Amino acid sequence: MAVFTVIPIVATVVYILIQGAPAISTEFLSGFPHDGMRAGGILPAIVGTLYLTLGTAIFSVPLGIAAAIYLSEYAADTPLTRMIRIAIINLAGIPSVVYGLFGLGLFVLFLKFGTSILAASLTLSIMTLPVIISTAEESLRSVPQAFRTVSISLGATRWQTIRRIVLKEALPGILTGVILGLERAAGETAPILFTGAAFFLPRLPQTPFDATMALPYHLFVISTQVPEMPIQIQYGTALVLLAFVLTMNLIATVIRSRARARRQW
Amino acid sequence: MEKSLNWREFIITRIIIASGYSAILFVALIFFFLVRESVPIFGEVEFKSLVNIRWYPIEDYFGILPLITGSLIVTIGATLIAVPFGIGTAVYISEIAPRWMREILKPLVELLGGLPSVVLGFLGILVLSPFLRVFLDLPTGLTAFTGSLLLGGIAVPTVVSVAEDALDAVPRAYREGAWALGATRWQTIWRVTLPAAKSGVLTAVMLGVGRAIGETMTVMMVTGNAPVLALKLGSLFSPVRTMTATIAAEMGEVANGSTHYHVLFFIGMVLFLISLGVNIAASSVVFRAKKRAERILS
Amino acid sequence: MVDKIIIENLSLQYSDGTESLRNISLNIREKAVTVLFGPAGGGKSTLLRCLNRLNDLTEVSNSSGDILIDGQNILDSKTDVIALRRKVGMVFARPVVLPMSIRENLTYGLELAGEKRRVKLDEAVERSLKLAAIWEEVRDRLDDPAIALSGGQQQRICLARVLALQPEIILLDEPTSGLDPISTGKVEAALVELKKEYTIVLVPHSVQQAGRTADYAAFFLQGELVEYDEGKTIFTAPKEQRTEDYVTGRFG
Repeated sequence: MAVFTVIPIVATVVYILIQGAPAISTEFLSGFPHDGMRAGGILPAIVGTLYLTLGTAIFSVPLGIAAAIYLSEYAADTPLTRMIRIAIINLAGIPSVVYGLFGLGLFVLFLKFGTSILAASLTLSIMTLPVIISTAEESLRSVPQAFRTVSISLGATRWQTIRRIVLKEALPGILTGVILGLERAAGETAPILFTGAAFFLPRLPQTPFDATMALPYHLFVISTQVPEMPIQIQYGTALVLLAFVLTMNLIATVIRSRARARRQW
Repeated sequence: MEKSLNWREFIITRIIIASGYSAILFVALIFFFLVRESVPIFGEVEFKSLVNIRWYPIEDYFGILPLITGSLIVTIGATLIAVPFGIGTAVYISEIAPRWMREILKPLVELLGGLPSVVLGFLGILVLSPFLRVFLDLPTGLTAFTGSLLLGGIAVPTVVSVAEDALDAVPRAYREGAWALGATRWQTIWRVTLPAAKSGVLTAVMLGVGRAIGETMTVMMVTGNAPVLALKLGSLFSPVRTMTATIAAEMGEVANGSTHYHVLFFIGMVLFLISLGVNIAASSVVFRAKKRAERILS
Repeated sequence: MVDKIIIENLSLQYSDGTESLRNISLNIREKAVTVLFGPAGGGKSTLLRCLNRLNDLTEVSNSSGDILIDGQNILDSKTDVIALRRKVGMVFARPVVLPMSIRENLTYGLELAGEKRRVKLDEAVERSLKLAAIWEEVRDRLDDPAIALSGGQQQRICLARVLALQPEIILLDEPTSGLDPISTGKVEAALVELKKEYTIVLVPHSVQQAGRTADYAAFFLQGELVEYDEGKTIFTAPKEQRTEDYVTGRFG
């Protein structure tokens, strides 16, 4: 039964690879779309996705890691802490389109950021937060308690212990979680639909207040909204998005296995 | 020297504590904004018309029943696929597979979980739905069934990873006890390990269901987007529309502050409450199981 | 001979109800080995952890009494706990080397205190490794990961780690419980040398170890201090019946 699960995954990836490879060229990767998306390249979408991923990282990574440190190193088992954990589980379960609505309500309209990279990144950040917090917390907890005890007994403060030992040892695990979280953010369409995605822009975004094209949104648009869209370009776009996501996955996996090998405990 | 160290540590500690509480803040914020933008409907739309069976916003028909049944039928279909495949794979990975196979399968399943939903929807349009149209001799390949298949695929990684953790957590002693009594591998799995991991597996299923209900892009692309009440078995093979797809599809064309806009936010709130319900149910299952375990072990 | 540590009417209870101390009063002499021994659950480790305020990290529901070190009550809320822990070092039952090189393990405590000068740090490394009787064995591989050493060597590194901070009191909680007899012997020999300069409080892992090392010995039973006397006396002619029963092996 497990094999049946695996085969479709592999087949999917391979299929897209085969179908999309012919479309890949430097022109495709570095040019702008022409002719209503039917020709030309997808550079603005690639750049847009990069900006959005970066924006998400800026907001979600520090906040997420700090929250994880709180849960792992500072929080006692009180009802309030349990409420925080329930809140995190809930954030993880909220449908992506509801995040889009929230982002629209708060960032685009209420805070008047408009449809922008800023609004979309903030929305994606809150969506990515639970993933980062839970993997980071797990990583921090896996560091043996004995290290903390020894450190304190040598005259360290709690933060010194965290910074010099716990955080240092948990870093690879945290990094893996961050990359997996960002990978998911990079592939999401619904949260950016009303908060930052644009159908077509003649030039690359200049400020965080600009809207942007993005790979997942672009793929959606060209496969459902543009008549007579060359199939090859569609597959090419899918391939680029997939490559982006899979590369991040690969990097995360490599970090995780290398760290496991070099662990001094 | 000690003094400045204390100052810095104090500030850092405060920042960390604040970050910890931020999760609660965000949930509250999300709830608040959903409510804010959906409350106006109670002045503009009668409750009766919401529970109507016609969703036709252009003519002010805001019956959300077809959307709810749309989401339901797709989710149920997805669950029927994801549960056997997901639990089966989890059992295989955790109980049967040799070490080297496990090291290959786990990353692969994780990979599936990372595939963007829009890519799956894309393949759904170009590959799966024409195939189903021919294979099942349907007027169109864009149906609830197509959506269920893809959604099942999307939900499987969630089910697998949580269920696998739960199975892994069953103490070795349980299995060894069964073997000592002469049970075969399958008997052990069916009668000992799985029941022991019951709460974790149940959680896995619930989280998988939650994932399926909340999926947007894939369903928007392949379920046909026809807001038709889906109650018969045959509806599975016709186009439907889910709540999520409705929001995604119509929000872009809606006038700010219009009734339609508010109703869409209302649907968003319903989704939020559904996911809240699923998550609280899942947490309480785990909580009760932990209490039971503590009682047994003490 | 001066009393380095004076414990007055110390009582303590953990929140989960385990291990408590009942009205302990004890004077620990400087520059000697004082042994706290007795069956499990007697409160020996608890008392040890009070001496460097490591119990601050655990859930304590009730505590009263005073502990005076050099005349200062260390249980007072104004105490500089960080400085205390440098002055009172601890070696734990399982050798816990930090995930770093041998050298870094030793300089960790000094770097925490702000010492950055390379010369000072290197001096401290050599000095403490010699005191722990392990200098010759590791002098050529100071930058190797500490985890690569054997159990006995790791424990001596832990001892050296404490010595690098130049403490005045060294607490050892069953330091040789996981070690083979030869390593145990090396640690006990190091203690004999160290007691000339340091005040040592030791929880042994066997009555025999207590007998071998104690200048003074305190017998703990279920949180109560039953008897406290010179080592020679307690192990040959104890005054309390319970002490004699334990020492001769009638229970334990």
